[in-house]
Amino acid sequence: MAGTALRRRLTWQVAKVSAVTVETASVRTLTLDVPDWPGHQAGQHLDIRLTAEDGYVAERSYSIASAPGEPVAITVERLDDGEVSPYLTDELRAGDDLELRGPIGGYFVWEPEDGGPLLLLAGGSGIVPLRSILRHRERTGSTVPVRLLYSSRTLDDVIYQAELDQPARGVEVIHTLTRQQPPGWAGYARRADAALLAEVAWPADAMPLAYACGPTSFVEAVSQALVQSGHPPERVKTERFGATGGT
Amino acid sequence: MDTVDGNAIGGLLQEVFGTEMTGAASVCGSCGAGRPVAELAVYQRAPGTVVRCRSCDSVLMVFVTIRGRTCVDLLGLASLG
Repeated sequence: MAGTALRRRLTWQVAKVSAVTVETASVRTLTLDVPDWPGHQAGQHLDIRLTAEDGYVAERSYSIASAPGEPVAITVERLDDGEVSPYLTDELRAGDDLELRGPIGGYFVWEPEDGGPLLLLAGGSGIVPLRSILRHRERTGSTVPVRLLYSSRTLDDVIYQAELDQPARGVEVIHTLTRQQPPGWAGYARRADAALLAEVAWPADAMPLAYACGPTSFVEAVSQALVQSGHPPERVKTERFGATGGT
Repeated sequence: MDTVDGNAIGGLLQEVFGTEMTGAASVCGSCGAGRPVAELAVYQRAPGTVVRCRSCDSVLMVFVTIRGRTCVDLLGLASLG
Protein backbone atom coordinates (compact mmCIF):
# COMPACT_ATOMS: atom_id res chain seq x y z
CA MET A 1 0.00 0.00 0.00
CA ALA A 2 3.01 2.31 0.00
CA GLY A 3 2.82 2.92 -3.76
CA THR A 4 3.50 6.51 -4.72
CA ALA A 5 0.29 6.65 -6.75
CA LEU A 6 -1.68 6.13 -3.55
CA ARG A 7 0.11 8.96 -1.77
CA ARG A 8 -1.33 11.62 -4.02
CA ARG A 9 -3.28 14.19 -2.08
CA LEU A 10 -7.02 13.78 -2.26
CA THR A 11 -8.56 17.07 -3.32
CA TRP A 12 -12.07 18.19 -4.18
CA GLN A 13 -12.68 19.21 -7.75
CA VAL A 14 -15.61 20.16 -9.94
CA ALA A 15 -16.68 17.67 -12.60
CA LYS A 16 -19.33 18.11 -15.26
CA VAL A 17 -22.12 15.63 -15.85
CA SER A 18 -21.79 14.56 -19.48
CA ALA A 19 -24.68 12.08 -19.62
CA VAL A 20 -27.49 10.70 -17.47
CA THR A 21 -28.61 7.15 -18.24
CA VAL A 22 -31.82 5.65 -16.86
CA GLU A 23 -31.02 2.16 -15.51
CA THR A 24 -34.23 1.40 -13.57
CA ALA A 25 -37.10 3.44 -12.13
CA SER A 26 -34.93 4.52 -9.20
CA VAL A 27 -31.39 4.16 -10.57
CA ARG A 28 -29.38 6.47 -12.82
CA THR A 29 -25.88 6.30 -14.19
CA LEU A 30 -24.08 9.65 -14.27
CA THR A 31 -21.19 9.86 -16.69
CA LEU A 32 -18.77 12.53 -15.56
CA ASP A 33 -16.19 14.67 -17.23
CA VAL A 34 -13.50 15.03 -14.56
CA PRO A 35 -10.75 17.45 -15.63
CA ASP A 36 -8.04 16.13 -13.30
CA TRP A 37 -8.63 12.40 -13.01
CA PRO A 38 -5.53 10.32 -12.32
CA GLY A 39 -7.24 7.06 -13.36
CA HIS A 40 -8.86 4.47 -11.13
CA GLN A 41 -8.93 0.79 -10.36
CA ALA A 42 -11.96 -1.45 -10.81
CA GLY A 43 -13.89 -1.42 -7.54
CA GLN A 44 -12.77 1.99 -6.29
CA HIS A 45 -15.03 4.82 -5.08
CA LEU A 46 -15.35 8.52 -5.29
CA ASP A 47 -16.85 10.96 -2.78
CA ILE A 48 -19.58 13.40 -3.82
CA ARG A 49 -20.09 16.64 -1.91
CA LEU A 50 -23.24 18.74 -2.11
CA THR A 51 -23.32 22.19 -0.54
CA ALA A 52 -26.67 23.84 0.16
CA GLU A 53 -27.21 27.57 -0.15
CA ASP A 54 -27.07 27.90 3.64
CA GLY A 55 -23.69 26.21 3.68
CA TYR A 56 -24.88 22.79 4.84
CA VAL A 57 -22.65 20.12 3.40
CA ALA A 58 -23.49 16.48 2.72
CA GLU A 59 -20.94 13.94 1.52
CA ARG A 60 -21.47 10.40 0.25
CA SER A 61 -19.22 7.75 -1.19
CA TYR A 62 -20.21 6.07 -4.47
CA SER A 63 -18.66 3.14 -6.28
CA ILE A 64 -17.28 3.86 -9.71
CA ALA A 65 -19.31 2.00 -12.33
CA SER A 66 -16.95 2.30 -15.27
CA ALA A 67 -13.77 0.37 -15.98
CA PRO A 68 -10.33 1.95 -15.73
CA GLY A 69 -9.74 3.86 -18.97
CA GLU A 70 -13.42 4.55 -19.55
CA PRO A 71 -15.02 7.92 -18.71
CA VAL A 72 -15.72 8.08 -14.98
CA ALA A 73 -19.30 7.05 -14.18
CA ILE A 74 -21.25 6.39 -11.02
CA THR A 75 -24.55 4.55 -10.73
CA VAL A 76 -26.82 5.94 -8.03
CA GLU A 77 -29.89 4.40 -6.45
CA ARG A 78 -32.46 6.87 -5.18
CA LEU A 79 -33.06 6.50 -1.44
CA ASP A 80 -36.30 8.26 -0.59
CA ASP A 81 -34.96 9.57 2.73
CA GLY A 82 -31.50 10.24 1.33
CA GLU A 83 -29.78 13.63 1.58
CA VAL A 84 -27.73 13.20 -1.57
CA SER A 85 -29.13 10.50 -3.86
CA PRO A 86 -32.48 12.17 -4.73
CA TYR A 87 -30.58 15.20 -6.00
CA LEU A 88 -28.26 13.01 -8.08
CA THR A 89 -31.04 10.88 -9.59
CA ASP A 90 -33.82 13.46 -10.00
CA GLU A 91 -32.27 16.89 -10.37
CA LEU A 92 -28.93 16.58 -12.11
CA ARG A 93 -28.84 17.00 -15.87
CA ALA A 94 -26.11 16.74 -18.49
CA GLY A 95 -24.03 19.90 -18.31
CA ASP A 96 -24.45 20.36 -14.56
CA ASP A 97 -21.46 20.64 -12.23
CA LEU A 98 -20.76 18.17 -9.45
CA GLU A 99 -18.11 18.36 -6.73
CA LEU A 100 -16.14 15.16 -6.15
CA ARG A 101 -12.85 13.68 -5.02
CA GLY A 102 -11.25 10.38 -5.85
CA PRO A 103 -10.40 7.72 -6.65
CA ILE A 104 -10.66 6.21 -3.18
CA GLY A 105 -10.03 2.76 -1.75
CA GLY A 106 -7.56 -0.03 -2.33
CA TYR A 107 -9.20 -3.02 -0.70
CA PHE A 108 -12.27 -3.86 -2.75
CA VAL A 109 -10.40 -3.73 -6.06
CA TRP A 110 -9.48 -6.26 -8.71
CA GLU A 111 -6.68 -6.34 -11.24
CA PRO A 112 -6.16 -9.09 -13.82
CA GLU A 113 -3.01 -10.26 -12.00
CA ASP A 114 -5.16 -11.00 -8.93
CA GLY A 115 -6.50 -13.89 -10.99
CA GLY A 116 -9.55 -15.95 -10.19
CA PRO A 117 -11.81 -17.71 -10.65
CA LEU A 118 -13.91 -14.73 -9.70
CA LEU A 119 -17.03 -15.20 -7.65
CA LEU A 120 -19.01 -11.96 -7.72
CA LEU A 121 -21.96 -11.61 -5.35
CA ALA A 122 -24.20 -8.58 -5.78
CA GLY A 123 -27.23 -7.45 -3.79
CA GLY A 124 -29.19 -4.66 -5.47
CA SER A 125 -26.98 -1.69 -6.30
CA GLY A 126 -24.04 -3.70 -4.99
CA ILE A 127 -23.64 -4.68 -8.64
CA VAL A 128 -21.97 -1.31 -9.38
CA PRO A 129 -18.32 -1.99 -8.43
CA LEU A 130 -18.67 -5.56 -9.74
CA ARG A 131 -19.73 -4.17 -13.11
CA SER A 132 -16.52 -2.13 -13.15
CA ILE A 133 -14.61 -5.36 -12.45
CA LEU A 134 -16.47 -7.20 -15.24
CA ARG A 135 -15.75 -4.47 -17.76
CA HIS A 136 -12.11 -4.26 -16.66
CA ARG A 137 -11.74 -8.01 -17.13
CA GLU A 138 -13.14 -7.77 -20.65
CA ARG A 139 -11.14 -4.70 -21.65
CA THR A 140 -7.87 -6.20 -20.46
CA GLY A 141 -8.50 -9.50 -22.26
CA SER A 142 -8.44 -11.44 -19.02
CA THR A 143 -9.82 -14.95 -19.33
CA VAL A 144 -10.35 -15.74 -15.65
CA PRO A 145 -13.70 -17.54 -15.27
CA VAL A 146 -16.39 -15.48 -13.57
CA ARG A 147 -19.61 -16.38 -11.87
CA LEU A 148 -21.89 -13.53 -10.88
CA LEU A 149 -24.79 -14.14 -8.54
CA TYR A 150 -27.02 -11.08 -8.62
CA SER A 151 -29.89 -10.74 -6.16
CA SER A 152 -32.64 -8.22 -6.99
CA ARG A 153 -36.18 -7.71 -5.76
CA THR A 154 -37.83 -7.90 -9.18
CA LEU A 155 -36.71 -8.08 -12.79
CA ASP A 156 -37.43 -4.35 -13.14
CA ASP A 157 -34.86 -3.68 -10.41
CA VAL A 158 -32.02 -5.37 -12.28
CA ILE A 159 -29.39 -2.74 -13.10
CA TYR A 160 -27.33 -3.07 -16.34
CA GLN A 161 -29.83 -5.68 -17.49
CA ALA A 162 -29.05 -5.50 -21.22
CA GLU A 163 -25.32 -5.66 -20.56
CA LEU A 164 -25.63 -8.62 -18.20
CA ASP A 165 -27.86 -10.46 -20.69
CA GLN A 166 -24.89 -10.61 -23.05
CA PRO A 167 -21.98 -11.48 -20.81
CA ALA A 168 -18.44 -11.70 -22.09
CA ARG A 169 -16.97 -15.12 -22.81
CA GLY A 170 -16.23 -16.97 -19.60
CA VAL A 171 -18.75 -15.01 -17.54
CA GLU A 172 -21.83 -16.74 -16.11
CA VAL A 173 -24.61 -14.52 -14.77
CA ILE A 174 -27.06 -16.06 -12.32
CA HIS A 175 -30.03 -14.01 -11.18
CA THR A 176 -32.22 -14.46 -8.16
CA LEU A 177 -35.40 -12.39 -7.79
CA THR A 178 -36.43 -12.32 -4.18
CA ARG A 179 -39.75 -10.48 -4.21
CA GLN A 180 -41.53 -11.00 -7.50
CA GLN A 181 -40.78 -13.05 -10.58
CA PRO A 182 -42.17 -12.59 -14.08
CA PRO A 183 -44.35 -15.39 -15.53
CA GLY A 184 -42.22 -18.31 -16.68
CA TRP A 185 -39.16 -17.17 -14.67
CA ALA A 186 -36.60 -19.95 -14.82
CA GLY A 187 -34.03 -18.38 -12.52
CA TYR A 188 -33.79 -18.46 -8.76
CA ALA A 189 -36.49 -16.87 -6.62
CA ARG A 190 -35.03 -16.90 -3.13
CA ARG A 191 -32.59 -15.07 -0.93
CA ALA A 192 -28.89 -15.67 -1.33
CA ASP A 193 -27.88 -17.95 1.53
CA ALA A 194 -25.70 -20.98 2.21
CA ALA A 195 -28.02 -23.31 0.31
CA LEU A 196 -28.13 -21.13 -2.78
CA LEU A 197 -24.37 -20.58 -2.68
CA ALA A 198 -23.87 -24.34 -2.44
CA GLU A 199 -25.68 -24.60 -5.78
CA VAL A 200 -24.10 -21.72 -7.66
CA ALA A 201 -20.71 -20.90 -6.12
CA TRP A 202 -17.45 -22.68 -6.78
CA PRO A 203 -16.49 -24.94 -3.91
CA ALA A 204 -13.74 -23.77 -1.56
CA ASP A 205 -11.19 -26.13 -3.10
CA ALA A 206 -11.48 -24.26 -6.41
CA MET A 207 -10.00 -21.30 -4.47
CA PRO A 208 -12.18 -18.60 -6.01
CA LEU A 209 -11.59 -14.95 -5.23
CA ALA A 210 -14.94 -13.65 -3.96
CA TYR A 211 -16.26 -10.07 -3.95
CA ALA A 212 -19.55 -9.48 -2.14
CA CYS A 213 -21.24 -6.08 -2.32
CA GLY A 214 -24.68 -4.90 -1.29
CA PRO A 215 -26.79 -4.15 1.75
CA THR A 216 -25.17 -5.16 5.04
CA SER A 217 -27.58 -8.06 5.63
CA PHE A 218 -26.89 -9.50 2.16
CA VAL A 219 -23.12 -9.18 2.49
CA GLU A 220 -23.11 -10.69 5.98
CA ALA A 221 -25.23 -13.65 4.82
CA VAL A 222 -23.16 -14.55 1.78
CA SER A 223 -19.73 -13.85 3.26
CA GLN A 224 -20.43 -15.85 6.41
CA ALA A 225 -21.84 -18.71 4.33
CA LEU A 226 -18.68 -18.78 2.21
CA VAL A 227 -16.33 -18.71 5.20
CA GLN A 228 -18.34 -21.40 6.98
CA SER A 229 -18.10 -23.62 3.92
CA GLY A 230 -14.32 -23.38 4.00
CA HIS A 231 -13.42 -20.35 1.89
CA PRO A 232 -10.49 -18.50 3.48
CA PRO A 233 -11.68 -15.11 4.83
CA GLU A 234 -8.86 -13.29 3.06
CA ARG A 235 -10.30 -14.44 -0.30
CA VAL A 236 -13.76 -13.09 0.51
CA LYS A 237 -13.74 -9.31 0.04
CA THR A 238 -16.76 -7.40 1.24
CA GLU A 239 -18.37 -4.02 0.87
CA ARG A 240 -21.52 -3.06 2.79
CA PHE A 241 -23.89 -0.31 1.71
CA GLY A 242 -26.03 -0.25 4.83
CA ALA A 243 -29.75 -0.96 4.82
CA THR A 244 -30.59 0.47 1.44
CA GLY A 245 -32.66 -2.53 0.43
CA GLY A 246 -32.78 -3.64 -3.15
CA THR A 247 -32.19 -7.36 -2.86
CA MET B 1 -29.44 2.68 11.64
CA ASP B 2 -27.64 -0.08 9.86
CA THR B 3 -23.88 -0.06 9.59
CA VAL B 4 -21.73 0.35 6.55
CA ASP B 5 -18.07 -0.65 6.50
CA GLY B 6 -14.62 0.87 6.22
CA ASN B 7 -14.84 1.09 2.42
CA ALA B 8 -17.30 3.94 2.86
CA ILE B 9 -14.81 6.15 4.75
CA GLY B 10 -11.84 5.62 2.45
CA GLY B 11 -11.88 9.33 1.57
CA LEU B 12 -11.97 10.48 5.20
CA LEU B 13 -9.17 8.06 6.13
CA GLN B 14 -7.03 9.19 3.21
CA GLU B 15 -7.56 12.81 4.27
CA VAL B 16 -6.52 12.03 7.87
CA PHE B 17 -3.66 9.59 7.25
CA GLY B 18 -2.46 10.90 3.89
CA THR B 19 -2.57 7.47 2.28
CA GLU B 20 -4.95 4.71 1.27
CA MET B 21 -6.06 2.95 4.47
CA THR B 22 -8.99 0.63 3.61
CA GLY B 23 -6.60 -2.24 2.90
CA ALA B 24 -4.53 -1.59 6.06
CA ALA B 25 -4.57 -4.19 8.84
CA SER B 26 -6.21 -3.29 12.14
CA VAL B 27 -6.10 -5.06 15.48
CA CYS B 28 -8.79 -4.47 18.11
CA GLY B 29 -7.38 -3.32 21.44
CA SER B 30 -10.14 -5.11 23.36
CA CYS B 31 -10.49 -8.57 21.80
CA GLY B 32 -7.45 -8.75 19.56
CA ALA B 33 -9.43 -9.46 16.37
CA GLY B 34 -7.48 -8.52 13.26
CA ARG B 35 -9.07 -7.48 9.99
CA PRO B 36 -8.59 -4.98 7.18
CA VAL B 37 -9.99 -1.52 7.91
CA ALA B 38 -12.44 -2.08 5.03
CA GLU B 39 -14.11 -4.84 7.06
CA LEU B 40 -14.72 -2.78 10.21
CA ALA B 41 -18.25 -1.65 11.16
CA VAL B 42 -18.83 2.06 10.52
CA TYR B 43 -21.61 4.24 11.94
CA GLN B 44 -21.92 7.54 10.11
CA ARG B 45 -24.98 9.17 11.60
CA ALA B 46 -23.46 10.05 14.96
CA PRO B 47 -22.03 13.59 15.38
CA GLY B 48 -19.01 12.11 13.70
CA THR B 49 -17.91 8.77 12.38
CA VAL B 50 -17.60 5.83 14.77
CA VAL B 51 -15.68 2.70 13.75
CA ARG B 52 -16.28 -0.48 15.73
CA CYS B 53 -14.83 -3.97 15.91
CA ARG B 54 -16.99 -6.46 14.04
CA SER B 55 -16.15 -9.18 16.60
CA CYS B 56 -16.69 -7.50 20.02
CA ASP B 57 -18.32 -4.17 19.04
CA SER B 58 -15.69 -2.08 20.85
CA VAL B 59 -15.12 1.44 19.56
CA LEU B 60 -11.83 1.46 17.64
CA MET B 61 -11.74 4.88 15.98
CA VAL B 62 -13.75 8.10 16.21
CA PHE B 63 -13.54 11.01 13.76
CA VAL B 64 -15.30 14.30 14.36
CA THR B 65 -14.95 17.16 11.89
CA ILE B 66 -15.85 20.67 13.05
CA ARG B 67 -15.15 23.80 10.99
CA GLY B 68 -12.72 21.98 8.75
CA ARG B 69 -10.70 20.38 11.55
CA THR B 70 -10.91 16.66 12.15
CA CYS B 71 -10.38 15.27 15.65
CA VAL B 72 -9.21 11.67 15.63
CA ASP B 73 -9.38 9.13 18.47
CA LEU B 74 -7.62 5.83 17.81
CA LEU B 75 -7.38 4.64 21.41
CA GLY B 76 -9.46 1.51 20.76
CA LEU B 77 -6.87 0.09 18.38
CA ALA B 78 -3.95 -2.11 19.37
CA SER B 79 -2.37 -1.52 15.98
CA LEU B 80 -3.06 -0.06 12.57
CA GLY B 81 -1.25 -0.42 9.24
